[in-house]
Amino acid sequence: MPSLPDMTTPNLTALAGQALADSGHVAVPAPDAGQPEFVEFLQRMGDNCLILGHRVSEWCGHAPALEEDIALANQALDLIGQCQLWLGLAADIEGKGRDADALAYLRDAGAFRNLLLVELPNGDFGVTLMRQFLFDAFHIEMLRALKASSDPRVAEIAAKAEKEVAYHLERSADLVIRLGDGTDESRARMQAALTKLWSYTGEMFLDDAVDQAMSDARIAPLPSSLQAAWEKTVAAVLDEATLAAPTGAWQHKGGKKGIHTEHLGYILAEMQFLQRAYPGAKW
Amino acid sequence: MATTTLPPTDRIWEWLSQVPDPEIPVISLTDLGIIRDVQWQGDTLVVTVTPTYSGCPATSIINLDIETALRSHGIEKLELKRQLAPAWTTDWITPEGREKLRAYGIAPPVDGTAADGVLAGRVSRLMGNNLTIQCPRCGSTHTQKVSQFGSTPCKASYRCTDCLEPFDYFKCI
Ligand SMILES: [Zn+2]
Repeated sequence: MPSLPDMTTPNLTALAGQALADSGHVAVPAPDAGQPEFVEFLQRMGDNCLILGHRVSEWCGHAPALEEDIALANQALDLIGQCQLWLGLAADIEGKGRDADALAYLRDAGAFRNLLLVELPNGDFGVTLMRQFLFDAFHIEMLRALKASSDPRVAEIAAKAEKEVAYHLERSADLVIRLGDGTDESRARMQAALTKLWSYTGEMFLDDAVDQAMSDARIAPLPSSLQAAWEKTVAAVLDEATLAAPTGAWQHKGGKKGIHTEHLGYILAEMQFLQRAYPGAKW
Repeated sequence: MATTTLPPTDRIWEWLSQVPDPEIPVISLTDLGIIRDVQWQGDTLVVTVTPTYSGCPATSIINLDIETALRSHGIEKLELKRQLAPAWTTDWITPEGREKLRAYGIAPPVDGTAADGVLAGRVSRLMGNNLTIQCPRCGSTHTQKVSQFGSTPCKASYRCTDCLEPFDYFKCI
């Protein structure tokens, strides 16, 4: 994930200023300091994009058709781009001189705040698509709500990302319908995927103290407030896809607090290898 | 310090209109509508650029190309600013830009057809192929969507059922 600097100008005065500041990262204004919940929330947003983006990119060169390969790679790219925006803002507000790359490459699994759903292995193409659909349907509602955030930086990232995620959702819903209402084989695989993933969807709508603080500050919605809209989208698409959601109530949770499945460590081992082996390497 | 006259901003716009998009070099950055503002702040030229897609790999190349072009015209103090809001939309692609895209073999965006996320209805509409994209090669409207995502983040893949050629469609966002 190369950094895309806002300014590429070799401005001598600015460079000198940076050299003085030593870290190469401009110190962040005080008003944002002391907002650990805000940083936490932004990491949740960024980590969902980062981990799902990485998972989706694993298909590059392996997808069942060239068009699917390209589509998946492009979605991964969108998600990594969004991750840079969220983690970049998290780093600025945190004000500890870290940047988006430092957050992505130098945190251990326990410091990641993504939902368990997005770190699950790709499985077959059905699992990948179903996971994407279940997440996209949540992601779009979250971004829409964030467009009205009291923090303009959050609102503008959300407005940008929403346009991209609308296409992700359109594609994943379309394919869930085609494959669900498809051949016996494709339908069986989509139903198996849904059954497998369903118990990881509840975590998306759990509210905790961080969410409450964000909601009180009108920065972000309570996740629980998004559930009805998500259920409506999911029910409509599953119905058209002739698939049925499991009825069991058991739901996994933990990702938002840094308690992850064993799968996340493997993702990080691959994703962070270069920065761990060659600290500070740049390209 | 040497006293030189700063070039007027309309000349800067003119220079920027000659910088090609790195991925679709037939259209310029100004055709694409991603240059949001050009202004002098003191003796520093500030150029505001908005990204097309958040993960578009061309973003850093675009910044580099802007800088290279403006420096070649003698601009010394230059600052590039990224602006996210309002988010870029394909509606900002100029009419000339759309013609250049078509001539190059890329169907230009049909305004007002961005994915809006109102799902089931839209999906079935699209599956019924109600969104007609004209083949940039033969002009036929008998075309089919192959994939919502094409060779770059901004394009979808289509094929023409008359001339049988595949083509890119610059999708709306
Ligand atoms: Zn044709």
